[in-house]
Amino acid sequence: MSTDTAPAPGAAPPASDERLREVSRASRLLSRPELGAVVGAILVWVFFAIVAFDNNFISWATTAAILNRAAPLGILAIAVALLMIGGEFDLSIGSIVGFAGMTIMVLSFPTDGGGFGWSLWPAILVALIVALAVGWFNGFLVVTTKLPSFIITLATLFIFRGLTIALTRLRTNRTQLGNLDEVSGFGLADTLFASQFTIFGARFRVAILWWVGLALVATWVLLRTRQGNWIFGAGGDANAARSVGVPVNRVKIALFMTTAFAGFLVALIQAVQFTGADTLRGFQQEFEAIIAVVVGGTLLTGGYGSAIGALFGALIFAMVQQGIIITGVDGDWFQVFVGTVLVVAVIFNNFVRQKAAQR
Amino acid sequence: MSGNGTPLLEIRNVSKYFGSVIALEDVSAFVRAGEVTCLLGDNGAGKSTLIKVLSGVHKPTKGNYFFDGVEQSFNSPRDALEMGIATVYQDLAMIPLMSVWRNFFLGSEPTKGWGPFKSYDSEFAKKTTKEEMAKMGIDIRDPDQTVGTLSGGERQSVAIARAVYFGAKVLILDEPTAALGVKQAGVVLKYILQARNRGIGVIFITHNPHHAYPVADHFVILRRGLVYGDYTKAELPLEQLVQMMAGGADLEALQHELEQAAREGGAEAESLAETAQAIESELDELDELGDE
Repeated sequence: MSTDTAPAPGAAPPASDERLREVSRASRLLSRPELGAVVGAILVWVFFAIVAFDNNFISWATTAAILNRAAPLGILAIAVALLMIGGEFDLSIGSIVGFAGMTIMVLSFPTDGGGFGWSLWPAILVALIVALAVGWFNGFLVVTTKLPSFIITLATLFIFRGLTIALTRLRTNRTQLGNLDEVSGFGLADTLFASQFTIFGARFRVAILWWVGLALVATWVLLRTRQGNWIFGAGGDANAARSVGVPVNRVKIALFMTTAFAGFLVALIQAVQFTGADTLRGFQQEFEAIIAVVVGGTLLTGGYGSAIGALFGALIFAMVQQGIIITGVDGDWFQVFVGTVLVVAVIFNNFVRQKAAQR
Repeated sequence: MSGNGTPLLEIRNVSKYFGSVIALEDVSAFVRAGEVTCLLGDNGAGKSTLIKVLSGVHKPTKGNYFFDGVEQSFNSPRDALEMGIATVYQDLAMIPLMSVWRNFFLGSEPTKGWGPFKSYDSEFAKKTTKEEMAKMGIDIRDPDQTVGTLSGGERQSVAIARAVYFGAKVLILDEPTAALGVKQAGVVLKYILQARNRGIGVIFITHNPHHAYPVADHFVILRRGLVYGDYTKAELPLEQLVQMMAGGADLEALQHELEQAAREGGAEAESLAETAQAIESELDELDELGDE
């Protein structure tokens, strides 16, 4: 050990501390925040594999359906996880999905239908800028008013959903716009955001790659960059972080812009995939994203969590959704299942975390 | 330690008012490099306000602030920190859920690589944390453990080691021993001496004379916003320092009363005198324990 060069006068520290136990790799793994979600995902999969065995739950088609479902939610959840680790909430993300989607649609819709008749890519660029501006606005309000982000983004949830509906109706007199595939520039967008690839006869959407890619980037940022350290610091104790020079306000505004970006990306993926959008797109997705994040082991109070956990949280959500559909249970029961899974997952997570801490 | 040399940090005739409240009035104090100045005072004596003036949080209403012989006017704690005046507050500015090495470098993370691939040099951070802690005489068990699992004394030592590593010339410690047990407090006092021996000027704020006396070169006693006494260690025996602290006068009166009662009691005199003695020593102990 290279550290025993300067022992304290009178009390040389022992070369190895008797209080330090050898901690095994397995036990270290147990203390990771995403562990509960990984185990939970396996349990949910096994549950449906047994219950829905006759409905072909174990098949490439079902797997593809689950992943296709999980991808958009997962993209939102990963960004929300970063924000929640940073100690803030974003309830407005579903409204941002709606607002960004309609921005793309209205700008690219033909002028005779009340649109602006732009080609697709300039419309996408403007939607991106608008979404980032909304995220900045959320963050700016939170750090300047020092009000809970819960309240601020609850307000912007309504403001931007309302604006989406009001402005779209004002301009086009409709709530749904379609025919995006007739707009110039659609081909490239379709390849990038809505193409499908076939594996073993099942069709997987490219959004899955966006989802997994974002999870990896987010994990790298969290664990391997100084900005990631700042996110944990800002969420763990904003005052303490500030006093050692972490630009807490800038970090928080950047995180709100990240969730807004995720909202924009999901809006774009869905608009291209469905060649259109409606004003209610993304409705209540903020709650689904928060559920995925919490199931993924991120603390509601901030300072602890992971992007990989959010990835698995979204996966669990999609498995439950798909499992209910293929077992033929009345869809009316879906929300009951989701709520139950949320409570069970959080209790299970806490249990695992305590067990890990005791080791 | 020598009593000469110019002060590294000095305040002269500083007053701080908050509206009609006089928090500090005409306070002067200084610290030299490689010395420990103790600021003592009971609750409400103005210690917290003085720390905030020293660390750049508050601007004094009146008076002057000198660092290295040059007059300063800080707009924020950041200005003071850049000059090398580091303050370790009671809450330590540490994040319990983060590991020791992440806390150590929070806000000043070492990086490697460039451009978009610039990453946190965690190996360097872990190694340096372990080395810096060893220099303070602590074998940190595992830099990956969270700060929340460290004892109070260990947390203090991480905070002090961090300030020293990042180039503190003056270290302001806000009641570092207040929440600690007897043994832990001793450990922290040892780190204070370590820092002093490395040539840092230490301003140690406490309300416990028993913690102050073994490490201080110089005492400034505050009472009700005023400097009540300013002594070098040679001028002031421990008993007198204890007396000067807020409890001193009351203790004396109580002891006197008890002795008088004992004299009047005649037959019971002896046992009462013993009780008086017992109460006196108990008060002493309470005084000590009350701070822990």
